[in-house]
Amino acid sequence: MNRSSGWVHEAFAVFAKDWLLELRTRVALGAVVLFAVTSVVASGFALAPPSGVPAEVKTALLWVVVFFAAVAGLSRVFVVEEETRTADSLRLAVSPTGVFVGKLLFNAVLMWGLCLVTVPLYLLLLEVPVRSASLFVTVVVLGSTALACATTAVGAIVAKATTRGALFGVLSFPVALPPLLVAIHGTKAAWLSGGAWRVATGDLQVLVGFILVIVPASLLVFEHIWSE
Amino acid sequence: MNTTGKILTGIWIAGVTVAAFLWLPPAQGFRSPEAARIVVFHVPCAVLTFVAFLVNAVYSWLYLRSRHPLTDAKANAAAELGMLFAVLATVTGSLFAMEQWGSAWNWDPRETSIVMLMLVYAAYFVLRGAVEEKSKRARLSAAYALLAFPAMVFLIWILPRIVESLHPTNTLFSRSGLDPSYRITLWSFFAGLLAVFVWMFRLRLRVELAEARLRQQHHHDAVAEVTLAGETR
Amino acid sequence: MNWQIELRRISKVFDERVVLRDISATVTAPGAWTILGPNGSGKSTLLRIIAGLLTPTEGEVLYLYNGERLTAHQRRQSVGMVAPDIALYRPLTALENLRFFARARGLPVRDSDLLRWLERVQLRSRAHDPVASFSTGMVQRLKLLTALVHRPSVLLLDEPGSNLDEAGMEFIRETVREQAQHGIVIIATNDTRELGYGEPLVRLGA
Ligand SMILES: Nc1ncnc2c1ncn2[C@@H]1O[C@H](COP(=O)(O)OP(=O)(O)OP(=O)(O)O)[C@@H](O)[C@H]1O
Ligand SMILES: [Mg+2]
Repeated sequence: MNRSSGWVHEAFAVFAKDWLLELRTRVALGAVVLFAVTSVVASGFALAPPSGVPAEVKTALLWVVVFFAAVAGLSRVFVVEEETRTADSLRLAVSPTGVFVGKLLFNAVLMWGLCLVTVPLYLLLLEVPVRSASLFVTVVVLGSTALACATTAVGAIVAKATTRGALFGVLSFPVALPPLLVAIHGTKAAWLSGGAWRVATGDLQVLVGFILVIVPASLLVFEHIWSE
Repeated sequence: MNTTGKILTGIWIAGVTVAAFLWLPPAQGFRSPEAARIVVFHVPCAVLTFVAFLVNAVYSWLYLRSRHPLTDAKANAAAELGMLFAVLATVTGSLFAMEQWGSAWNWDPRETSIVMLMLVYAAYFVLRGAVEEKSKRARLSAAYALLAFPAMVFLIWILPRIVESLHPTNTLFSRSGLDPSYRITLWSFFAGLLAVFVWMFRLRLRVELAEARLRQQHHHDAVAEVTLAGETR
Repeated sequence: MNWQIELRRISKVFDERVVLRDISATVTAPGAWTILGPNGSGKSTLLRIIAGLLTPTEGEVLYLYNGERLTAHQRRQSVGMVAPDIALYRPLTALENLRFFARARGLPVRDSDLLRWLERVQLRSRAHDPVASFSTGMVQRLKLLTALVHRPSVLLLDEPGSNLDEAGMEFIRETVREQAQHGIVIIATNDTRELGYGEPLVRLGA
């Protein structure tokens, strides 16, 4: 049987199954969106009137909110499998690569959904003047994708630990830090700079480079995490 | 390391320390030329932190391939030493920064890199504490180390893009950067610290082996047996 | 068609606890075998090792087809397993579960086929109910069905009869009989009703 096409259909089956489960139980979605909306609204209140707040603070705050919302939800895809004892069913039927790619896709889409809700609300409540909308959208899409790529394998590790507690946040932060810092930097350029694209090209390249490094690295170690 | 080695290392480090104060000239051009001597202690600690991080990643990789308990112990020992040297580098760096720039913390890229390495080590230890079964603990922490490694390389590479540096660039290896007397003292101290590193590393492994031997005395323990079997390698 | 599973000097240790020590055995298709032993003797552990869910501390499990070793992918395609601690997705319906496991294995299945399958274990009328609303015995029947959906050559059953009524037991008897004619079935049990399903492969101590 053809192996490369093998993991592609496996990944899509896992992805579809996870969304079906998610729409029925709303475990991850609920946690993520609730966290994001609450913290955006709280920031809006705390920083009112937002016109006096420096843009640097606003860029950092946006990504801090996005990161912590991700921490609230991105480990669910693996934790749920272990908690409901379905991980073994999955191991019997699907290759580790198929599982990882499926879960990664799920987390990426979750992040995009999160940003779709959070970012417009944030811009509205904190009165951010965006100079280059096209650059901003690109940074948000790449940045949230990179965050999903950085934390998916960490979620698999956390799911296997005996005591999970705040483990996911603690373990994710160092791995997610590079894309986080670069996304903040790029966002600043999109909001403030005149020749924004020129300023931020390096940031976008770094984000893409990070994804291209961390995904293969994750694939390499995932089998060791996933198989007992 | 045998007794002679330990004594020699001790004399060597003591000698370099004395030389750093008596032989090394004060570094002109710094706000406090006398205080600048700390550089010869600070830089080796910082370099060793990165070395330990690399050693940890290498043993983590080897562990995933061999699944040998002793290899996991080596990865862990490297991380523990890395944490120790990271603390030393941060303390010595902060002392110098206080003298030179008037504040202990400046969000300089290298300062930040070291602190991020400390965060990774801390996360690594938290993870090890959160998994009970030994082989699982070894597997998961090795996997984490191998995820954190490329992320840290990225971070160290991008930080200078994002924040400005107080550190001089590329002084360690280039001829023009550092006064020869400083370069000699600094690398001599590094050699001494490296010997300490190796010594502590092996000491840590001996503790691990002693624990395994104890466990084996109390009940037949296959993991301990495998650990001990690796002793001769 | 020549299937063979070889257990070579398998040992399993969980930290300090030695569960399996130096177990070797060979099974050649077709046929049915049982793994016997009291509670906690390591039956489930051995079955999980055979399924590839658990790596043995020492030794290895070889899957051979006409003398050739199978790849991990081929092995997944040819093994079906039912065990008490391997669960289905409870928020999903019976049909959705079946559909997922079939699709994940790359089988081109139609719902009409799957519904006919459900008929075999009297679950046709509950096809669109979430598994969470099923009784324990119904869940067990559905688990059997999902383990069979890709027509595995090797079927591993851990206490397959638990919570099943007479009709359920009959389905198992039939499945085991059928499987033993063209492939391999290994059953871990200490239920006297299931002892006669095959010849003893391994007898584990306490
Ligand atoms: N993940 C694990 N970690 C530690 N010990 C384990 C683990 N899994 C099983 N064991 C131990 O291994 C031994 C064998 O367990 P196993 O489930 O294989 O027994 P069994 O023969 O299937 O018993 P039963 O008849 O009750 O199903 C038990 O002592 C159990 O405590
Ligand atoms: Mg059992």
